[in-house]
Amino acid sequence: MLTVPVETQILFAGILFLLGLVGLLVRRNLVFMLMSIEIMFNSAGLVFIIAARQWNQPDGQVMFIFILAVTAVEVAIGLALILQVYHHFKTLDVDAINKLKDN
Amino acid sequence: MKSIIALIPALPLFSFLILVLFGGKLSRKVAGWVGAGSVGIAALLTVIVGIDLIQALPGVKSYSVVVWQWMHAGNLSANIAFSLDALSIVFCFVITFVGFLIHIYSIGFMAKDEGFTRFFAYMNLFVSSMLILVLADNILLMYLGWEGVGLCSYLLIGFWYKEPENGTAARKAFIITRIGDTAMIIGIFILFVSFGTFNIQEIMHLASTKWAIGSSIAVLTAALLLGGALGKSAQLPLQTWLPDAMAGPSPVSALIHAATMVTAGVYLIARTNVLFSLAPIVQTVIAVIGALTLLVAGFSALGQHDLKRILAYSTISQIGYMFLALGVGAYSGAIFHFMIHAFFKALLFLAAGVVIQVLDEEHDIFKMGGLRKKMPVVFLTFLIGSASLSALPLVTAGFYSKDAILWFAYSSNSGGMVLWLAGIVGAFLTALYSFRMIFITFYGKIKTEPSFNAGRFMTVPLIILAVLSVLGGFIELPASLGNIHLFSDLVNNTLPAVAIRNVEHMEWLFQILSSLIALSGIYLAYRWYYLKPPYMESFRKSRLNHFFEKGFEFDKLYQLVVVKPVVWLAEVDKKDFFDLLNISIAKLAIRMNLILSIAQNGKLRWYLLSFAIGIALILTIMMKQ
Repeated sequence: MLTVPVETQILFAGILFLLGLVGLLVRRNLVFMLMSIEIMFNSAGLVFIIAARQWNQPDGQVMFIFILAVTAVEVAIGLALILQVYHHFKTLDVDAINKLKDN
Repeated sequence: MKSIIALIPALPLFSFLILVLFGGKLSRKVAGWVGAGSVGIAALLTVIVGIDLIQALPGVKSYSVVVWQWMHAGNLSANIAFSLDALSIVFCFVITFVGFLIHIYSIGFMAKDEGFTRFFAYMNLFVSSMLILVLADNILLMYLGWEGVGLCSYLLIGFWYKEPENGTAARKAFIITRIGDTAMIIGIFILFVSFGTFNIQEIMHLASTKWAIGSSIAVLTAALLLGGALGKSAQLPLQTWLPDAMAGPSPVSALIHAATMVTAGVYLIARTNVLFSLAPIVQTVIAVIGALTLLVAGFSALGQHDLKRILAYSTISQIGYMFLALGVGAYSGAIFHFMIHAFFKALLFLAAGVVIQVLDEEHDIFKMGGLRKKMPVVFLTFLIGSASLSALPLVTAGFYSKDAILWFAYSSNSGGMVLWLAGIVGAFLTALYSFRMIFITFYGKIKTEPSFNAGRFMTVPLIILAVLSVLGGFIELPASLGNIHLFSDLVNNTLPAVAIRNVEHMEWLFQILSSLIALSGIYLAYRWYYLKPPYMESFRKSRLNHFFEKGFEFDKLYQLVVVKPVVWLAEVDKKDFFDLLNISIAKLAIRMNLILSIAQNGKLRWYLLSFAIGIALILTIMMKQ
């Protein structure tokens, strides 16, 4: 079995996280922003899996299941919010939704 | 039996609470009957306990009942305690009985008004406060009632609050009476500091033993209390609020600004008469102010064209008579005139309310006319009220009450020719402006058609008050005409009898004179306002008439002497050092806020970037360690 060095694995997770972050900062559509957040979540979950494998401990995998549950909840709430935002503003452009702006 | 006294003010207060808390859930019918019924029961209780007291007099001077201790700190203590004596029984009777009739009338008058329950709540609160005022056995509780009626007056003048000028009138009434009240509360403090008690009986007793006649402290205290009375009773120089107070609904004008609240000043002076007898100079001032007020207000009433403003000036003028009587020491005369005045002036205001309502809120008498045939009940009752007001000889109650005052103004120890002359000129003016109203409003051609007929709720109180305005006089007849003294015998249980100079034999001559004066006033009104000679039209446009209409331009004077300097001073003072300090603190806060709020730009991605940068910074710092 081919083993990939652990540094490469971490680097992969890091790149995934950065991709998510950049997506979050660059995209203006709320749905895509939510997807970017999912990518960031998954990269964090990946780090847990890598760590679990590295030290042969099950804790990391347990943690990942937790993260999965939290993500599911987050998506449900996020999508509901996006739906409401769309009803209210008739747009998903996050820059147009700036009612909390001070003066 | 005694404990009933506490129920008299408690009942209207209770129904006020019901109307305020559950008013929204009650139907109009129920709300009206709760409001009127509580006052009706209070009137019934007043009669029961009053008869009981009158039978006990003069052996028992007063019934007192302590409800609970209000406050106690050091040597200051005040109770919620009521005391009913011959003076307060008269006031209680007028407040509850006339108040009840006015409440009944209001059920009809306010039937279509959206603030129906609010109106009855305020009216009940007023009746309760007024009863507390006259029943209080200590001067602090009396002051509570005094301010309570002031509050209700404010609320009810501004009852139709959607018109801004009604709010202005309400504030004017509140502020001007407050000037007098400030003087009064200082007077109360002086009394407390001097005697260490608030109880009126004790204060009067201690004052007569400790203070010398004419001593400066007695004069000062009496003058301060007089200030309160002048403000509340709309006497010179604090009379300008009452004509504007007519912005309120007509039942309010009848109850508060004619029958009861404005006579609170008369009550105060009668109640604390010992203090005023210790300050003869203040008592002379009262008589002079009364005489001046009745003349000024009488002339002003002649120039008005708003039906209710005529009655307002007439009220000021009639209270001037009461002050004149108080000033010459004829307390029973003042209280008698108060009672009769409450009957006929409430009647006149209620009748005027009907006229104004059926003519679709038309206040201008020159746009009325010929109403005699259209509304006979209102015409007859208004005629009786006006006859009583102008003291039509022998048949009306107003004749007996006013004649008594005129006679005492001349014959009492401190009276004299000048005061009598002022009174008699005032009587002439009264007859003139009363019948000016009658001839212009009810005779001549019809100018505005009545839109509907007044219901029974409104006409029955008018008839009852009209009967009282005629028969009420026969419980007190002068020595030359029947010599009945039921009323003065009653109130003299509490108040000192008037001291008469030795001129008794001339009384009938004065009566004939004042009768002739009243009749000639009515005749002149007939000549001027019924036959309408051409010179009257030119007089209406003259400057003198304008001067009368504006009430001797007191408003303009106060604007010039008081309001403008104060506003100018405030304007100048707006930029002194301390104001600048405060302003700069506020400005600094706003500036800082502007700087910080740049970050709060509402862009979600901007916040995210700040997040990311922040996390990167924190991580970097953690790595370094």
